[in-house]
Formats: sequence, structure tokens, C-alpha cells
Amino acid sequence: MSEQTPVRTTRAVQLTESREALGGRRQFLGGWRRRWNRMARWQQWLFLIIVLAAVYYLPVANPWLITTEPGNDFPIACFQMAVYALVAVGLNVVVGFAGLLDLGYIAFFAIGSYTAAFFTSPDSSLIHIPYLWTLPLALGIAMLFGVALGLPTLRLRGDYLAIVTLGFGEIIRILATIIPAARGQVGFKEVGHPPGTASDGQPIFSVSNGVPWYWLAVTVIIIVLLLVGNLERSRVGRAWIAIREDEDAAEIMGVPTFKFKLWAFAIGAGVGGLSGALFAGQVGFVNNQKFDVATSMLFVAAVVLGGSGNKVGAILGGAIVAYIPLRFTAIADYKYLIFGIILIVLMIFRPQGLVAAKAHLLTYSRLAVDKVSEFRAARVTSEQEKAAAAEAAKGGAE
Amino acid sequence: MLATLFSLSAALPASVSTDNSWINFDVTSLLQNFWPATFDGLTFGAIYALIALGYTLVYGVLNLINFAHSEVFIMGCYGVVFTLTSLGFGPNAPNLSIWAIIFNLILAMLVGMVFSVVTAFVVERVAYRPLRRRGASRLAFLITALGASFSIQYLIFLVRGSNAEPAVTMFIPTPIFQVFGAIIDSQQLTIVIAAIVMMVATDQYIRRTRVGRGIRAVAQDPDTATLMGVNKDRIIVTTFVIGGILAGAAALFYVMKVPSGVIYNGGFVLGIKAFAAAVLGGIGNVRGALLGGLLIGVIGNYGQLLLGDSQWTDVVAFIVLVLVLLIRPSGLLGQTLGRSRA
Repeated sequence: MSEQTPVRTTRAVQLTESREALGGRRQFLGGWRRRWNRMARWQQWLFLIIVLAAVYYLPVANPWLITTEPGNDFPIACFQMAVYALVAVGLNVVVGFAGLLDLGYIAFFAIGSYTAAFFTSPDSSLIHIPYLWTLPLALGIAMLFGVALGLPTLRLRGDYLAIVTLGFGEIIRILATIIPAARGQVGFKEVGHPPGTASDGQPIFSVSNGVPWYWLAVTVIIIVLLLVGNLERSRVGRAWIAIREDEDAAEIMGVPTFKFKLWAFAIGAGVGGLSGALFAGQVGFVNNQKFDVATSMLFVAAVVLGGSGNKVGAILGGAIVAYIPLRFTAIADYKYLIFGIILIVLMIFRPQGLVAAKAHLLTYSRLAVDKVSEFRAARVTSEQEKAAAAEAAKGGAE
Repeated sequence: MLATLFSLSAALPASVSTDNSWINFDVTSLLQNFWPATFDGLTFGAIYALIALGYTLVYGVLNLINFAHSEVFIMGCYGVVFTLTSLGFGPNAPNLSIWAIIFNLILAMLVGMVFSVVTAFVVERVAYRPLRRRGASRLAFLITALGASFSIQYLIFLVRGSNAEPAVTMFIPTPIFQVFGAIIDSQQLTIVIAAIVMMVATDQYIRRTRVGRGIRAVAQDPDTATLMGVNKDRIIVTTFVIGGILAGAAALFYVMKVPSGVIYNGGFVLGIKAFAAAVLGGIGNVRGALLGGLLIGVIGNYGQLLLGDSQWTDVVAFIVLVLVLLIRPSGLLGQTLGRSRA
């Protein structure tokens, strides 16, 4: 078995390559994808484990050249990159998979942050629950808001959604300012953190120590990726991509577009809330200042830069958008300008982003890809076999 | 005596109230100030309507929300402010004759228009035309529009900093007449009349001239229009330029109304509200933009009075937009510039 699998995939890859050579787009990082597809399953797992180990080790290693110090503490910078990556993964479901432009994603992030603050900060008069419970709670509440916003607006054309979400982002920010219970600029101090104390009596998850927070965030990302990846490969994911490519055609083919758009919107909102709660926990302080619409634009830039419709791309894009202003502090003030220009240039010259979404056999399993490629290869290479098969089919029919 | 008490309580922001109710419906204050709020709202509404026209025309022709239009408008505002400050205007209005005032206003408006038109032209050339050439997807257009908007916004931020421009006042509004006990001053009258004149002119231009026919043809069916000899690219540029001219005029009126409101990101929320106005009236519909703009202006003012904080203006405007979209997705007057879209 370990002999057969590589052979099959090699054939599949050859076909893919010839297809790309014939008329497909040239792909940056395309070599990596080809190499990845060529690997056997166990090689892929091994590779993933090595990458994961490196990712977990990153803040401790604090590698020279990559480090953001002395300007910014590196583990905390890593944590922020992870949060942006998580945000991008969530927004990617909405923008990349379902093709809905959500410009008010920061609103769900804010809702998640405030959920964590309301239920853990001593400044809040609500009941207090352990911090870790606020993560699923933030996810749920943000999802509810996503459904509440999506229900009236997702029946409309996509453009309206863009403007309504933009308005929603602004409304949430204004409400955080106006409503006395949200405490405006005063905000909530001492937002909770996961339990555990180190040997010196300090809590493990302290505001100043980014490493455990980073590990927590990466773990959350992995869980979300597994769940979203499963959805992507399921009926739901196929429906999303059908909607993204042509909503009318999808509707005609029997895809309940409204239902699946709402699902995408709600799942995206939930992940946004989750990342907001994580962020609030690490910073330990929530007020109305961090949730402006400009940050929403950065989120969109992250997804588009990485490659809308591709999970790996989203993570990469999120990490880059967070990393550049932290690493190159001299240009931190210019970040909106830089990413604004990047958006224009990307859309003109490379609309698929750094890592392009898979262009063919979008959501089928690896097995299906192999089967189809095998079938094609058989058809192309052997005329005789084809004729024999036709013969056999005839015989079978008679 | 009682009346002053009520208006005072309306002037205080809701967050000051000691009790925990953050929504208090101040009906009394709304009734007290109903007519002044209406006329003030109409003035703001006229400005929204002028900006909304830019959105509506571009949307009609390209089917694109031109997010950068808010920056076209704010660039016009900077043009107006630069002109006026270099003419020696400051926070206090100088004592000038009426002709001098009119001359200054027209000069400032022209400079504002030039700023806006140049911005609109550049945005079209740099951001949208290459995408059209490549036949990009709708999402790509929206993202580019957003990118253009933020690029211009933060370009202004880099040049002018995060503070608002110092206020310039051109003249002190003098009361002209009273309607229902509300005083209408020269400023409100100027803005509303000038805006309506400009909008009627635009409407007639699109209805009656050759270029207007071209715009309508491209809006209806770009490919067929091209086959019939319409230069599509030129029509699109013309549309952007018309939007820029109207935005420049809106910029002057905005600076008149809110002298210290010119700030790098000031166009953004205003732009969203203007777009809401365009959708409210029926996007692609020139008369709808006027109706929608006036409605958004007035409703926002009522909301502010009723709920007691100026921040509510935006919230109320958005909620109205969502409600209208729910009930009438094609807006109050429907979409007429291009084909009707669902």
C-alpha cells in the first residue's frame, strides 16, 4: 500500500502540472503545493508535526532577525499574530468561502472582547464565570449577533451587505461609547485569565508573559482549523463555494443559498468573537478605543493578502498584517496606507493572494482526487484500454 | 421656564444620567424642537443628497459601491478650507459685503470641485480601470474601492495629522423668516436652494444631453452601448467627474455648516450615510438620492432629539437603512438609471 499511494499521486500531480502548463494561472508557491501533493500521507503528517513544533517553539526561540525586540516584546507579538491569524481564519469563511464581503468584522471581535470583560472583570456587576468559559460563550453570543445581522441583510445582494456590515461595525463602536454599562473609555480592568500559578506565585497567564497565551491561541487556531476544514470539505463547503462562484446558478441547482450564507456569516462571527475574547484576556483591559472600522479593513486586507478562500493563506495573511507594524516600528504609523495600497495592487496584479485557493476539485477528499486523476490518466495513456473498456461496456449492455 | 429645562436635559448626553436606563425616549424635547430640527435636518440632508448622487451615478454605471467617494468628498473639503484660509478667513467671520461673500463662496467651491474631481479621476484611473481591463470579479472591485478609500484617508493623515483643520467661518447666518416658529437663516436657505438647483441640473443633464444619454445607455447595458458607438471608458470617467463636481459643492456646504469638521477620516461615516441615502431613495435614481438624503438628514436629527445624544444620529440612520432594505430592497423610488435589479 505504501508503494501504491505515491505512484497514484505522482500521476495526479503530472496531470495537474500539465493542466497548469496548458492554461492555468502561474502560481507563486505553486512548487510547494506540488511538492505537498506529491508526499505520501505519513510524510504530510510528519511535515505538519515538524511545522507545528516549530510554531509552538517560536516565541521561546525568539530567533534573530525575526524578533520584534527591542521595540515590542516578541512572545506578545507572536500572540497578536496568532489572534490576527484566528481572525483571518474566521473572516476567510465569510469572504473567502462564501464570497460575502463583511466590512464590520471588528464588531464581532468587539462583542467577544466585551463578553469576556462582562463576565470576568471586577468592574462588571454581572455574574462572574471562569475565563475559559467565556471563550465558548463569546463564540455563541457573537454567532447570535451574526445571525441577527445576517437575517435581514443576507437576502439582499452582496454590495448591500458590505455597506450594512460597515454600518454595523460603526454602530457597535458607538454603542460601546453611549451605553453606560459598557463603560466607554473607562473600560473594564483586570479581565480574567485561565487558572494556574507558576512557582513564584504569579499567574501563568499574566499580562506580561505572552508565551502561554500564544500557546493557547495556537491551540484554539488548530481546533478551529480542524472544524472549519471539515466544514469546507463537506456539503456545506461545497455550497459556500457554489454561492461564491455564482449565486444564481447555485440557487437553481438547489442550494438553499440563504441558509448557507447565514451559516457562513454565523460561523465567521463566532470565530471573530472567540478571537476577541482571547485578545481581551491577554491585554486584560477592554474599552471602546480599539474597535474602529479601520481595523476591520486590516482584517479584510489580511484575508485578501494571504489568499481569500485558502486557510493556510488566511493564517499567513493575518500573521503578516500583525507582524509588519510590530517588527518595523518605524512604519507602524503607515500601516493603513501600506495595506490600503497593497489591497489595490493585489487586486490588480494578483487577485488570488499569496496562496491561491485550490482551483480544481475544490472540496473533494484526497481519495476522490486520486480516483479522478487515475481515471483520467488511464484514459489518456492507453487507447487500447479505453477501447477495451468500451468493448466491455458494450458487452455488459448486451 | 419649563421649556428651557427640557431642552437642557436634551442637550446633556445620556451617559451622564445616573440611572441605568440608557435609552430614554425624550418625546417632549422632540416635540419642542420639532421644526428647528426638521429644517436643520433638511440642510444636512441636502449635503448628504449631493454626496449620494456621486454614489448613485457610479453605482448605476459600474454596479460598484465606490467607497472612495467619501474621500473624494473630504478632499473637496480640504480644497475649500485651504482656499478660505489662504484668503484670510479664520474662526471669526469677517464683516464683508454680500458680493464679497458670494465671490469667496464661489471661489472656494470651484477649488473644492477641482480637488474632488482630480481625486475622483485619479481613483478611477489607478484603481478601477485596470480591474475593468482584466475583467475582475465584483468582490475584487469592492476590495479595491476599500483600499483606495483607506489609502487616500491615511495619505491625508500623513500630510495633515490627526487633528481637524482649524475652523473657518465665512459669514454669520442671519435669520430670514420664520416657519412654524422655527427661524430659517440665510445659511440653511443657501445650502438647500443651491443643492436642489445642482441636483435638478444634474437630473436634466442626464435626461436631456448627449452625454447623459450615453450614461443611461452604459448603465442599462455596457456591451450594447459600446456596440452602438458609445465610448464606455469616457462615459465612466464623465460619471466620476460629475460625482466629483457634486462632492466639491457638498464640501463647501459642509464646511459652512460644520466649520471645524474637516478631519482626515471625517468623510468615512458621512460617506456611509450618504450611501445609505442613495439606497434609501433607490440606488441609481437621481431623484431618489435627493429624497433619500433629505430623509436621512431629518430622521437622524429626530433620532438625536428623541434619544438625547448626537451619536445616535448615525445609529438611527443605519437602522432606517436596514428597515427600508427589508421592506423595499430597491429603495423608495426604485432603480431607474440602469436596468432594475433585484
